[in-house]
Amino acid sequence: MEDTDSVAVARVKAGDGDAYRVLVDRHSRSVFRLAYRMTGNQQDAEDVVQETFMRAYRQLHRWEARSSFSTWLYRIAANYSLDLVRARKRHAETAIDETSANQGAPDDAIHALPASSPGPDRLLFSDQVQKCVASTLEELSQQERTAFVLRHFEGQSIEEISAALGLSANAAKHSIFRAVQKLRRALEPMVSHAL
Amino acid sequence: MNVPTENHLTEEQLVLYYYSEASETAGVEEHLGACESCRKAYHSLQRVLNSVDSLPVPDLSADYETRLWSALDARLGRRKSFAARWLLWKPLVIAASMAVLIIAAFLTGRTLERPSNQQKSVADSGIRERVLLVAVGDHLERSQMVLVELANAGAPATGHLDISYEQRTAEDLLEANRLYRQTAASAGDFPTATLLEDLERVLLEIAHSPSTVSAKQLEDLRKQIEDKGILFKVKIFGSQVEQREAAPSKAGAASL
Repeated sequence: MEDTDSVAVARVKAGDGDAYRVLVDRHSRSVFRLAYRMTGNQQDAEDVVQETFMRAYRQLHRWEARSSFSTWLYRIAANYSLDLVRARKRHAETAIDETSANQGAPDDAIHALPASSPGPDRLLFSDQVQKCVASTLEELSQQERTAFVLRHFEGQSIEEISAALGLSANAAKHSIFRAVQKLRRALEPMVSHAL
Repeated sequence: MNVPTENHLTEEQLVLYYYSEASETAGVEEHLGACESCRKAYHSLQRVLNSVDSLPVPDLSADYETRLWSALDARLGRRKSFAARWLLWKPLVIAASMAVLIIAAFLTGRTLERPSNQQKSVADSGIRERVLLVAVGDHLERSQMVLVELANAGAPATGHLDISYEQRTAEDLLEANRLYRQTAASAGDFPTATLLEDLERVLLEIAHSPSTVSAKQLEDLRKQIEDKGILFKVKIFGSQVEQREAAPSKAGAASL
């Protein structure tokens, strides 16, 4: 796969702009999944995908064939997603009052779910878990969230994550540990009661 | 079967094992096989991390790639093939060739122009205008793409936007623009020369901007484009050129 990515990149660099479509077709859905998990919003995720491919195209000369094209693409997408989330947060913080802004810490996220028990309804429970996962991911630091999403959902190795985020392997590892800890704290009471 | 607490696997070891990143997988597996406490901790971790997978991702339509490519293609400009790319990156060569042709045709027309050759002179003039028309139309189309790209660029979320591509294109277009402007002026086509002069100022601004601009700098660039109404003028002029290209018989009568 990466060999063919290299071939496509070489064709684009040689002036065949249409060859870029091969890369777009091949990687856009996985970039979308990553972006959606990073931003939690479909429109934002689609914007991230478009911007990622625009930036990648313009910076194609910076990509080195010895590294994976998808990892490089993820790096661009993850960084742009982070910027977008950061910008959204800044905007939200100015738009809502301080009390609301302080809500939603991991523990609060659980309490923020409907107080009444949904009963044995599996679908409703699944919906609650999803909401809890989403709100906890939202409360992770940007570095924790990116590292975790890349590791958990995209199956990137710690080495690849550290390269993508410009961190040491140890820092990447600890970002993942902290993310897992926070998710455990938020989700364990729910999933252990369910079994 | 329990092993002493100090020998239990740490949460970090369990996390690494879950993600197949543990350095000593066999040792962890052996311990999990022997230690009920760690096994429970691991199953609990598994339940939590497996539940994270329940987070849904919206389904994208089957034509997502096609829609995405259309949007990208429009933003990427006409770097579709080697020929198109060559045209984009070598506007100076094309402009120079066109300018030489136009000037040569102009001078030839003047030299050969005699009262007895009035009809021939009108025909030569028509050819000159048509050559310039086609060349300028193409040039305006390329310029329009750069202006649209900058006018529509979203606010840079990073605080900075990389415009190196637009900058390089503007530099190339600038050279071509000068040649067309001079040619139009010497051919007495002042409306075209004036438009190209306005366009030149904006292209110069873009070419001299830093390759990475802040939100403020981007806003200033946009303001330049908007204040001069250059994008609008280029669009209108471009569509007029298209119309005249489609109706060559009328082109001779109108100024370029």
